[in-house]
Order: sequence, then C-alpha cells, then structure tokens
Amino acid sequence: MTNAEFAPIVLMASMVAGFVGSLTGLGGGVIVTPVLTLFLGVDLHYAIGASLVSVIATSSGAAAAYVRDGYSSVRVGMFLEIATTIGAIFGAFLGAHIPTATLSVLFGIILLQSAWQASREHHVDKTSLPDDSIAEKLQLNGAYPTQDGLEHYKVHRVKTGFALMFGAGTVSGLLGIGSGSLKVIAMDQAMQIPFKVSTATSNFMIGVTAAASASLYLSRGYVDPAVAFPVMLGVLAGSLLGARLLARLPVPLLRRGFAVVVGIIAFEMIYNGLKGRL
Amino acid sequence: MAAEKKMTDVQIELMVSVLLRAGVLISAAVVFVGGTLFLLGHGSETINVSKFVGQPSIDRRIPEILEGALSGRARSIIQLGILLLILTPVARVVLSIIGFAAEKDSKYVVVTVIVLAVLLYSLIGGAVS
Repeated sequence: MTNAEFAPIVLMASMVAGFVGSLTGLGGGVIVTPVLTLFLGVDLHYAIGASLVSVIATSSGAAAAYVRDGYSSVRVGMFLEIATTIGAIFGAFLGAHIPTATLSVLFGIILLQSAWQASREHHVDKTSLPDDSIAEKLQLNGAYPTQDGLEHYKVHRVKTGFALMFGAGTVSGLLGIGSGSLKVIAMDQAMQIPFKVSTATSNFMIGVTAAASASLYLSRGYVDPAVAFPVMLGVLAGSLLGARLLARLPVPLLRRGFAVVVGIIAFEMIYNGLKGRL
Repeated sequence: MAAEKKMTDVQIELMVSVLLRAGVLISAAVVFVGGTLFLLGHGSETINVSKFVGQPSIDRRIPEILEGALSGRARSIIQLGILLLILTPVARVVLSIIGFAAEKDSKYVVVTVIVLAVLLYSLIGGAVS
C-alpha cells in the first residue's frame, strides 16, 4: 500500500473510532488500536504510539470544557497525577519488554473490561466510611454545582485510590490508552467521589498521564509520523463530531450496540495474541 | 479572603481551558501541514508499518525533530506537531503551579511541582537518549 492510499483509509477509520469512543465514553484510543492492528495490519507498537498521541488530543479538548463547567476537582486530579504519571512511565518501560502477543491479550482484556463497564447502569454502594485524615490534610474534599446549588462531598480511602491510580497509569502507558474507566473506578468506587466529579476529573487527568508516556514513546521511535498523523487528526475530528451529536442521538441504544461490537473486537485481540499472529 | 481565592481559581481555570484548546488547535494545524506536505512529497511511496523497526533518530530526538522541521522536512513537521501536543498538558501543569502559588497554597505547589518533575524527566529522557 502507498502512503497516499494508507492515509485516507486510516483517517476514515480513526474518525469512526473517535466518534464511537466519544459516544460510548470509552475514548478513541482504545478503539483505534485494534482497528489499526486487526484490519489494517499495522504493528501493535506503532498503533499504540499513534493512539497515545490521539488520546492527548481528545482529552485536552474535552478537559477544556470540563474545567469550565466546574465539575472537575483540580486538587484531587493533581494529587492523583503523581501516581498516574509515574505509573505511565513504568508502563512505557514495561511495554518495551513485553512480547507483542502478550500485549495484544492484555489489550483485549482491558477492552472487555471497559466495554462491560460502559454498557451497564451506573450504581455505587455508598457506604458510610470514616473521614480520611489524608483527605483532610490535602484539602481533597470539595463541592460541585447541582440544580439545588453546591453539593459538598468528602473523599475517602485516599491511599487505595492512589495505588489504583498507579495501576491506571501503568495500563495507560503500557497500552497507549487513556484508561479513563480505570480512573473512574478508582475515584468513584474506591474514593467515593461523586460520579460526575470522577468522570470530569478523570478526563482532566488523562492528558497529563498520556503526556508522561508519550514523550518516551516518541523518543523510543514508537511514533511513526506516517501512521500518527492520520490517526491523530481522524480521532480528534471523530470525537469532536461525537461530542456535538451526543445530545441528538439515541445514546443508550447506540452504547449497547457498540458494546457488542467492542466486545467482539476485544475477543479478536485476545485470540490473535494467543495465536501469536500479531 | 474566600471570595478572593475563588476569583484566582476561576481565572486560572479559564486560562487552563484556553491553553488546552489553543494547544490542541495549534498542534493539529502543524500536524495537518506536515501530513499534507508528506503526502504531496511521498504519497506514491510504499508504506511499511506491519513490522516494528523503530524510527530513525531524526524522528525521535527532540533537537533533531526541531532541526528537521525548520528545514521544512515533512515527517519532522508532523513530529513537531506531536511534540507541541505533548507539551500542552505540560504547560497546563505549569499554569497550575502558578495558580497554586498565587493562592499561597504551598502544599499544592509541591504536589504540582512533583507532577511537573515526572513529566520533565520523561521529556528530557527523550531529548538525550
């Protein structure tokens, strides 16, 4: 295939991935990588490098809106970014030593997990936990706007959340994805932060986390400009379009449909990895 | 005091929002220009990305990327756009440090400086390796 044939195909595929990623809340990165490897025969390492770049683009665009709305907690985000960025660097180092086949299987498992999480109804058992002294010291407790004015919340299990965030960062650096769903689990389930605040703060953190590993990917030669440019522009355009159409489309129906497709793709990744074909 | 603090918060958040948008827009424009030049100059060449071989140092090392982009080399311009994109969250962290410093929140200045140090470690690691 020539560059002139490859670029438009990848651009279109990345637009679709960005669109689906934004509608489902999975993020473009986790969808564009299997599309590149399974359908276009791109090496998984190059796909991960390109997807990581697109993750920074989409999350920075989205974070701009979230920061303005006042849902995201800058303090919670910044504190946890210590864990996610160190995790991301660790993940990027790991990625260089893990065989492609294993990486593919891991990718499939994470994809399955995110698809499952995105497709089910959101519910958390808010148990009453004792106040966390670290949360007090670091002034992590906050408030967010609701229809009835400011709603105050307390942050719990800071140590557990911090450890989980290191894991989320590692997965992000290893697989070149935003790992937004893992970040939300850490904040929403473990730290008992309100769901809206968790998702907004997660978005705010994804760009910084991805930047930590992306510079290593770039310097190690995992970012091929011929692959990265159509992927970055395509995913960005697709996710902007998705965000714009979000209010006008039957989102719950689409989400369920896409969850099935993403599930099949995830099994493909695992299957291919096990066969050692990628 | 509380009202004053809120004001700085809002101003910083607004600046962060503008910075993020501008960063994405500028880097996407640079990548687009580089990509277009690349296709015009190398469109008929066969692409080979089915096996990972790693990029040559001209497309990896920051000083060489800058040099290449200045000389108008298409692949370097794409890499420069990607580098600008990577720098966008880094700039956001720097802005947050300024914000926390303005609020005299020394604890969070420290937290944010740690995050910046991790980011710079990975960037500078990229510049020398």
